[in-house]
Amino acid sequence: MSKTVTLNTPLTDDQVTALKIGDRVLIHGVIYTARDAAHKRLIDLLDQGRPLPFEVKGQIIYYVGPSPAKPGRVIGAAGPTTSYRMDPYAPRLMELGLKGMIGKGKRSQAVKEAMVRYKAVYLGATGGAGALIARAIKAVEVVAYEDLGPEAVRRLVVENFPAVVINDAHGGDLYEEGLKKYRLE
Amino acid sequence: MIREVKVERIAEAVRNLCIEANEDLGQDVLAAFHRAKEAEPSPVGRDILDQLIENARIAREEHIPICQDTGLAVIFLEIGQDVHLTGGDLREAVNEGVRRGYGEGYLRKSSCHPFTRANTGDNTPAVLYTEIVPGDRVRIWVVPKGGGSENMSRLFMLPPSAGLPGVKEKIIETVKEAGPNPCPPTIIGVGIGGTFEQAALQAKKALLRPLGSPNPDPELDSLEKELLEKINRLGIGPQGLGGRTTSLAVHIRLLPCHIASLPLAVNIQCHASRHKEALV
Repeated sequence: MSKTVTLNTPLTDDQVTALKIGDRVLIHGVIYTARDAAHKRLIDLLDQGRPLPFEVKGQIIYYVGPSPAKPGRVIGAAGPTTSYRMDPYAPRLMELGLKGMIGKGKRSQAVKEAMVRYKAVYLGATGGAGALIARAIKAVEVVAYEDLGPEAVRRLVVENFPAVVINDAHGGDLYEEGLKKYRLE
Repeated sequence: MIREVKVERIAEAVRNLCIEANEDLGQDVLAAFHRAKEAEPSPVGRDILDQLIENARIAREEHIPICQDTGLAVIFLEIGQDVHLTGGDLREAVNEGVRRGYGEGYLRKSSCHPFTRANTGDNTPAVLYTEIVPGDRVRIWVVPKGGGSENMSRLFMLPPSAGLPGVKEKIIETVKEAGPNPCPPTIIGVGIGGTFEQAALQAKKALLRPLGSPNPDPELDSLEKELLEKINRLGIGPQGLGGRTTSLAVHIRLLPCHIASLPLAVNIQCHASRHKEALV
């Protein structure tokens, strides 16, 4: 049975392994944003043996490039981007202790295996619901790569950020299960 | 009679349409969400459709973009042959409209160099298509196109022997392989025939037809309905979480092609199907 779980960040292994595909989560606390260009820079730093601009251990990375904040707002629209483009980089970050990723769309086999190995979870947010999701974001601060504009790494403070468990730390895949349930031959 | 139109008027119209398209989802799309919700057996799927309806309401009322991916600015201009454009360079005026719209509208700038990935900073250049038509007016469509659904789009140069069965197979295969990635429920724009680039452009233009309107060609209309039913049997569902609403519509445009060719383009549009038009 799927359940609704409140997740306070940073995450522990126990919090992650208790999650099963189809569970709805409401995230509270700090999460970090990074997408294509930021991931490339993060991995370049690791390749050079240099530290990352933020501690990834126990954290969640949200694959998002928000639209600019209008005056009086903390952020613009802020829905997820498609995750597979981060697949080449994600296992390295999980190895360093990254516990969660938020995005949309399918992940590679290598990423799914890394989630089992390092006890991490992939959460889906509703793609294209950028105005709705922005309501859960209470504070924003750029922590690195300001020159990348929408692709800069941001530290978000979120309350009741809604997502669903797509891939759990036990090898489950909600996309595959959903297809099986509703496919007509 | 020649009618003079200052290009500044085009720039201002483009600016306004960029903002309007990104904040105000079309009533035809909203109506399609409501229809889909009635028919969707998956509770999670219905929940997603509710979120999309709510999202569109927030965007419209609070003037924030429907989706953070406010797209590359695809712009179609139909220029009446009796129009004399004055006061500057038309292409530069369109780019100025995009610059103002994306700047003043707080829209995301997503245009970058293919290799360095350096952002152009103002979402220019516009992806501009012009066509000369009878009359003395200029019709402008602004179609912000997101990257996620564009990435899942495909072009096939099929052998003529593939025929209609081959075309159907490739359309279904494209949607199936895309799965959850292009933000279903999607709209499937199909261009059949023409040349390599014409097929792709027809597929994109097909997306402009209002949802729920029939194809003017009865044979293509029944082909659209057949393909939509097959697509919705795939089980992908809203956001790919399982369900029967994978696509809201299939729209097809067809042109004659070379005796050696059977071009097919499948342009996937996410549920944030944004386009607005104006007449100058």
